[in-house]
Amino acid sequence: MIEQTVFYIFSALLLLSAGLMITVRNPVFAALFLILSFFSTSAIWLLLEAEFLAITLVVVYVGAVMILFMFVVMMLDINLSALREGFARYLPIGGMVAISMALSMVLVINAGEFGLASDTVQRHGADYSNTKELGVALYTHYLYPFEIAGAILLVAIIAAITLTMRGPRSSKAQKPGEQVLVKSTDRLRIIKMKSEGADSEPEKDPLAESKLAQSEDITVKKESL
Amino acid sequence: MITLSNVLVLAALLFCISVAGIFLNRKNILIILMCIELMLLSVNMNFIAFSYFLGDINGQIFVFFILTVAAAESAIGLAILVVLFRNRNTINVDDLKSMEG
Repeated sequence: MIEQTVFYIFSALLLLSAGLMITVRNPVFAALFLILSFFSTSAIWLLLEAEFLAITLVVVYVGAVMILFMFVVMMLDINLSALREGFARYLPIGGMVAISMALSMVLVINAGEFGLASDTVQRHGADYSNTKELGVALYTHYLYPFEIAGAILLVAIIAAITLTMRGPRSSKAQKPGEQVLVKSTDRLRIIKMKSEGADSEPEKDPLAESKLAQSEDITVKKESL
Repeated sequence: MITLSNVLVLAALLFCISVAGIFLNRKNILIILMCIELMLLSVNMNFIAFSYFLGDINGQIFVFFILTVAAAESAIGLAILVVLFRNRNTINVDDLKSMEG
């Protein structure tokens, strides 16, 4: 009886927080309500004797994924009013689809117990370790899927880093795209100027004068390439 | 005692709420990603319920893998979202039609 009461309390909390998550205006509050729904789900999973997964849900989801969500929500400067403008318009059709889906699903699910009445459930004793059972199954029967899951996580790490990294600022690496696109007029500017006669300033060294003329004729615009 | 249909009804309602969330917030990619997380959670709850009522640990193994894939998916999705915001300065779904999809 107590078990059922706890189940109903956490179910109500879960449905309430999920409903608030999809209706609140601010994405930060949506993320917080999603965290609340993860917590109440983990309580329900504890009732269903999936202790390891319940704790994993809190540690991995609330501790890592939702923190990532919160970071992204707070990092992006979102224009809220533009994102909300279709809300009232899609409320009728969204509600209709959800309610009809829920009705049909509930009618199907409530039709029978699938031959699994709750009094046939084998309750485990206090010395039963869910983590141990899970670990034994994971490292014997499901070893290759487990390794593939690790590879998937590695790929996800690499993909996320490659997508978001902007690269160091003081990079001296070549950028071939910019090198190909550069034009000669971007680097070198040739200025026409009147040539000065050798006899106009006779006191100057002719060699120094030619150097001066050269440096004025051709102005090299420095491009960091 | 919790019955199997209790948990299944709860999971079905959760799934429907998240479907409604995708309909309502169809402009905001961030909320859509959160709704997808909620959907995966409701599916996981079905797996755990059947694992409990059948006395079979394999359902929980499946949930383990779904959690892994969902974490990877949300990490990549958020990375794409960040890059998108950096390039376009918007996360509105309506503004993202350069591919004419």
